[in-house]
Amino acid sequence: MRYNFNWPVIWRNADRLYDGLLLGLAIAIVALAAGCIIGIALAACRQSRSPLLRLPATAFVEVLRNTPLLLLVFFVYFGLPELGISAFDNLQCFTLTLAIYSGAYLTEVFRAGLAAIPTAYIEAGKAIGLTSWQRLRYVILPVLFRIVLPSLSSTLISLFKDTALAAAIGVPELTYGARWINVNTFQVLETWTVTAGFYLAASYVIAVVLRRVERRYAMVR
Amino acid sequence: MDLIGLRHEIFVARWTLLSGFTTTMEVSVLVIIIGTIFGLLLGLGLTYGNRPLRWLIRAYVDIIRGIPALVLIFFAYYATSLIGLNVSPFGAGVFALGAFATAHIGELTRGAVQSIPQAQTDAAKSIGLGFWKRLAYAILPQALRRMLPSWVNIASEMVKGSTLLSLIGVLDLLLAAQQAIARSFLIIEFYMALMIVYFVINFTISRIGAVVERRMAYVRF
Repeated sequence: MRYNFNWPVIWRNADRLYDGLLLGLAIAIVALAAGCIIGIALAACRQSRSPLLRLPATAFVEVLRNTPLLLLVFFVYFGLPELGISAFDNLQCFTLTLAIYSGAYLTEVFRAGLAAIPTAYIEAGKAIGLTSWQRLRYVILPVLFRIVLPSLSSTLISLFKDTALAAAIGVPELTYGARWINVNTFQVLETWTVTAGFYLAASYVIAVVLRRVERRYAMVR
Repeated sequence: MDLIGLRHEIFVARWTLLSGFTTTMEVSVLVIIIGTIFGLLLGLGLTYGNRPLRWLIRAYVDIIRGIPALVLIFFAYYATSLIGLNVSPFGAGVFALGAFATAHIGELTRGAVQSIPQAQTDAAKSIGLGFWKRLAYAILPQALRRMLPSWVNIASEMVKGSTLLSLIGVLDLLLAAQQAIARSFLIIEFYMALMIVYFVINFTISRIGAVVERRMAYVRF
């Protein structure tokens, strides 16, 4: 059978891909930022001595890490309205889901990071009379972020790739745009080659930028 | 939470759910087997191959790892029909996920094989073992042990990834549950039940992995 390549039709519709790419990046960054907050909070809970904090946090993280993301997306998108919360649209639902999901993954990262902070730093903070809040703000958090920076950048890349799942609930990101072009032009090979190229290029650019950031800030251990 | 209703609806849809569960397990097992066999080959090629072969495999591994699994699945699903192959969604999905797993396990294998100290190879050479015997008796037994924890992670990622096949119409556990939901509107209940099922599957995999790891760990570094 013959297949006629027709690239111009892809470029004519490439707006959907550009916009989708930017939306995917935005979702990933928001999810990572929110995930950091959730992750730090859960990591602190898991280190706490009280089982009332530790056990629910552990269960939450373990269940989320073992659940398919697509299932979580459907659960939040279709399940929340049943609980009487119908204020979120599909984009907000997806971002929320991805934030919680990344929070569960980052909990492990932050837990390892907290364990890697030299106790001498915290003792030094105590010695110069910082309160526990000041120690958190000026000693623990800055060091923690510099320790976990490499993990954060790989998490951002995998979150960006996970944004493809948003297409399943109709968020107009890159995969959704690609599918639109695919079903409207039937130029299958061109559409998906270009889309794959977009994902590759974006992941590559993120990796390069973050490696520069890492070289500037990451902790030398 | 309407657990009585859920029990009834699970009973009504039991054959669909059961076949969905079987499909999910089939996809997962096939993908893990394909990924392990080809991934090991690619990993060995990346370590011991000549330069063109290494470049070729490196390109494959890096490209596949930079693209979301969902995009690969759509690509495989829409593109196979073009080259005149009448592939079922199941076949296209398993092919795409298998290619995805292959790339990840290939990279994992490369890392594990290269982490085995050079002295091991030298020792095997000095007692007169040829290349294949060195691999079989000296390198691989150690490398496979080191791979095991990450291999278990990839395996459970693949079980989770099998849900993506529902988006191209493979009747897996997720799609079967969605059909049951469409009839019963027991959204929260069914998705919660699915979370438990996936958790149990993945938890079992990680337990088995831990047991195997303990039994195999007679080499200490």
